[in-house]
Amino acid sequence: MLKLLLANRVAAVAGLLVVAFVMVAIMAPILAPCDPNEQHPEAIRAAPFWRADGDSRFLLGSDSLGRDLLSRIMFGARISILLGVVVVLLTLLVGTGLGMLAGYFGGAFDAVMSRIVDTLLAFPFLIFALAIMAATGPNLVALVSALAFKGWVDFYRVARADVLAAREADYVTAARGVGASTAYILFSEILPNIVPPLIVLAALRMAIIIIAEASLSFLGIGVPPSIPAWGTMVADGRADIASAWWIATFPGLAILTLVLAVNLFGEGLRDALDPRMRQ
Amino acid sequence: MWGRFLRQRLLQLIPVLIGVSFIVFLTMHLTPGDPIEHMLGQAGRVTQEQIDELRAHYGLDRPLIVQYGLFLGNAARGEFGPSYSHHGRTVRSVVAARLPATLELTLFAFVIAIVFAIPAGVIASLRPHGLFDRLATVGALLGISMPGFWLGIVLMIIFGLQRHWLPISGRIDLALIPEYVTGVHTLDALLTANGPAFWSALKHLALPGVAMAAPMAAMVMRMVRSSMIGVLAQDYVQFARAKGLPETTVVGKHALRNALIPTVNIVALQTGLLLSGNMIIETVFQFPGLGKLAVDAIAAADYPLVQAVVLIYAVSYVLLNLVADALHAALDPRVQIA
Amino acid sequence: MAAPLLEVRDLSTCFSTYRGQLRAVDGVGLRIERGETLALVGESGCGKSVTALSIMRLIRRPGRIVRGEVLFEGEDLLRKSGLEMRRIRGGRIAMVFQDPLSTLNPTFSLENQVVESLRIHRVARGKEARERSVRLLEAMGIPAPRERLRSYPHELSGGMRQRVMLAIAVSCEPDLLIADEPTTALDVTLQAQILDLLGQIREERGLATLLITHDLGIVSQFSDRAAVMYAGQVVEEGPVAELLENPLHPYTAGLLRCVPRLGRPDVPIRPIEGSVPDMIALPPGCRFAPRCPEVMERCRVAVPPLYDRGGRRIVRCYIHESGAKPTGPPGAC
Repeated sequence: MLKLLLANRVAAVAGLLVVAFVMVAIMAPILAPCDPNEQHPEAIRAAPFWRADGDSRFLLGSDSLGRDLLSRIMFGARISILLGVVVVLLTLLVGTGLGMLAGYFGGAFDAVMSRIVDTLLAFPFLIFALAIMAATGPNLVALVSALAFKGWVDFYRVARADVLAAREADYVTAARGVGASTAYILFSEILPNIVPPLIVLAALRMAIIIIAEASLSFLGIGVPPSIPAWGTMVADGRADIASAWWIATFPGLAILTLVLAVNLFGEGLRDALDPRMRQ
Repeated sequence: MWGRFLRQRLLQLIPVLIGVSFIVFLTMHLTPGDPIEHMLGQAGRVTQEQIDELRAHYGLDRPLIVQYGLFLGNAARGEFGPSYSHHGRTVRSVVAARLPATLELTLFAFVIAIVFAIPAGVIASLRPHGLFDRLATVGALLGISMPGFWLGIVLMIIFGLQRHWLPISGRIDLALIPEYVTGVHTLDALLTANGPAFWSALKHLALPGVAMAAPMAAMVMRMVRSSMIGVLAQDYVQFARAKGLPETTVVGKHALRNALIPTVNIVALQTGLLLSGNMIIETVFQFPGLGKLAVDAIAAADYPLVQAVVLIYAVSYVLLNLVADALHAALDPRVQIA
Repeated sequence: MAAPLLEVRDLSTCFSTYRGQLRAVDGVGLRIERGETLALVGESGCGKSVTALSIMRLIRRPGRIVRGEVLFEGEDLLRKSGLEMRRIRGGRIAMVFQDPLSTLNPTFSLENQVVESLRIHRVARGKEARERSVRLLEAMGIPAPRERLRSYPHELSGGMRQRVMLAIAVSCEPDLLIADEPTTALDVTLQAQILDLLGQIREERGLATLLITHDLGIVSQFSDRAAVMYAGQVVEEGPVAELLENPLHPYTAGLLRCVPRLGRPDVPIRPIEGSVPDMIALPPGCRFAPRCPEVMERCRVAVPPLYDRGGRRIVRCYIHESGAKPTGPPGAC
């Protein structure tokens, strides 16, 4: 009993942390000490405030253009969370929709889909993303497409497998016996039952998307440089790692913390939903 | 039985390769970057005639379908034509020069991940929620939550810059390159009994290798752990003990083999991801391999090179799955292959 | 009188659960002579399997043996080292389990699993071990043993697998065989075959057997003596024929009333009212008291000790008080 509570406590704390990040992102304009794009030429590469040579104006230090890191990190949360949510929602809808159709109707559609999935999986995500972004230049829509390109496959598989199993279940047979239409069965009967694992998957995918977006931004082909983004900040700080290591380190720490919180929360969700499902 | 399995799988390889190459082909050709412009970038003023001539020379004026057909035909023979961005060299030679580096790094990361993850997972499963298990679980969570490029940079900072223990870029001390046998420096050094070269190559592999291996090790460890916990609760484990077998045999032989069955699939999946992560890590560490090559080639709109690299990745992925399925069948006699 | 092959004294095994300590086995005592078959009977959850596992010292966290002695050929197994126990398991005492599909490792061939025992207990190696395996399978009534050795557990039928388990069990010539519900997972015709086989093995090798079962039918045809367990304690013990004909403990009588008798349609089947007690929060007094048709006031106050009624008949019930008391009341975990 004690262990059960403990595990849930960790997940709860993680959930709170995620909420905290979201709140910071939303209220960044109010919370941030400086404008994230404002340069302070007199205080470039300032050290964090706890160091002897630190500057108390810049709690986490400043980058090579004199911009406050703390403010940039706060604003960076906005794009990471926004993109994460948008991409996950998109892939969730597309993947689940296609998966439900493939699982319920099977046949040629299913066969064709599995070929497409096989091919997509063999495709290295990064190359596709690189190609698109290199072609279109820094462009948020293209970025979302690149991130969503392979992302829907996980949702597709889970939805398809669950629908396949549900198809033969008693409650579906009963619904058909009463004369329910296919659409009704799919949306009102089957869908509610397959939602829990999809939610868990959404949380875990969110973590992956956040890292993917950061990686693309790091390579310079993600978020446009005018928008503060964690990946871009790490790339900016790369030149100074020998002297001003904090410029590259702290944004990455922000990524790590958010992703860790999302992962822990997702796992907590999974544990909470699972045993109850197995009744 | 195995012959049929192999034939079936290799046959499946073809449509996947065609699909992948088609997507790349389309993407590259339909996007605005122009290779001719890149090529002539430095040449100053050029006439339209010269541009057209160059274009015809590379066959870029033919219809897309024809270009694709030609590409497929040549690719089947391993011919990819000249590279647009590496002047005077064929794609094949450029790729061949860089392939051993990536192979070496990927293999190194793979070995580190496996050697670390499997024993850790087993030990963690022996005492669930014990100290080791808790530490391992936390470590694994960190491993999957860290962006690879950031881990690479942090490792660079800690081990390369603050303490000068390990190098942070390149493959090997250029003064120590061993005699060419395979292009894989560590192997070549061993084959030619060249100690200093071996150590130099190994040191250069250390940081990028660990950065690449971390997420894979994390996932594999978790899989092994949960798999083992399930297996250790099975009756046949208890029966093995009742037979009088020592605990190491019970865990190492009877339990582990069953636990490895689902693990093989995760390992294959993660190794596939290893190839993706490879591109980022090579860029971070300036490691002269295929990944960095790909990143640069795309920026330069070097179509043949990009296509060749993508094909290599796709082939690796399919082969990986093939090996994983074969291993799966070898471990589990209940599985039918083909 | 010769020393018994196996003598268990005051054995107690507890499990730590989040609700408290569960006394699965509470002060159990047993005796098995050489070549004798003792049946350990009771409903699920009464502690009979845990008793068997305790004898083999196969109890793992969160369970532990808290008290008692397990004397095998005069030596206390509970005091032996890990290495010594390993030699005894499989070598001197062998155990077969209930479900042969889950008890054989699915990823190894039969040959591998049979030869493994032989090798561990230094009975044979290599080619000789293989030959022995063939002969063992043959002795167990498995057709085409040489080819069979190369197959895997999932390729065999349930009855075949049980025979293989028995082959492994007797391969190193043990003195005692513990069979935990050996026929429960099989259908009736197979049950008979396996029991015949067990009987045959017993005769040929002079094997003593501890047969654990809830099936009274098997008890009557297959054992010399029987011990009935309820809620972690032995409540009655005696020669089988006597026990079944004339049960002393109300629980035993109740069990027998539950079993339909062939050829006696006039005898009504009467289930025992109530359910087994919560093993973590046990009531004071006799554990069967809440369900006992002959319960008295003193039954609810203190657990009755075991009374010896002569002729190796033992019963834990105040009704049969006049007699000596071989064991004191059980302690707490």
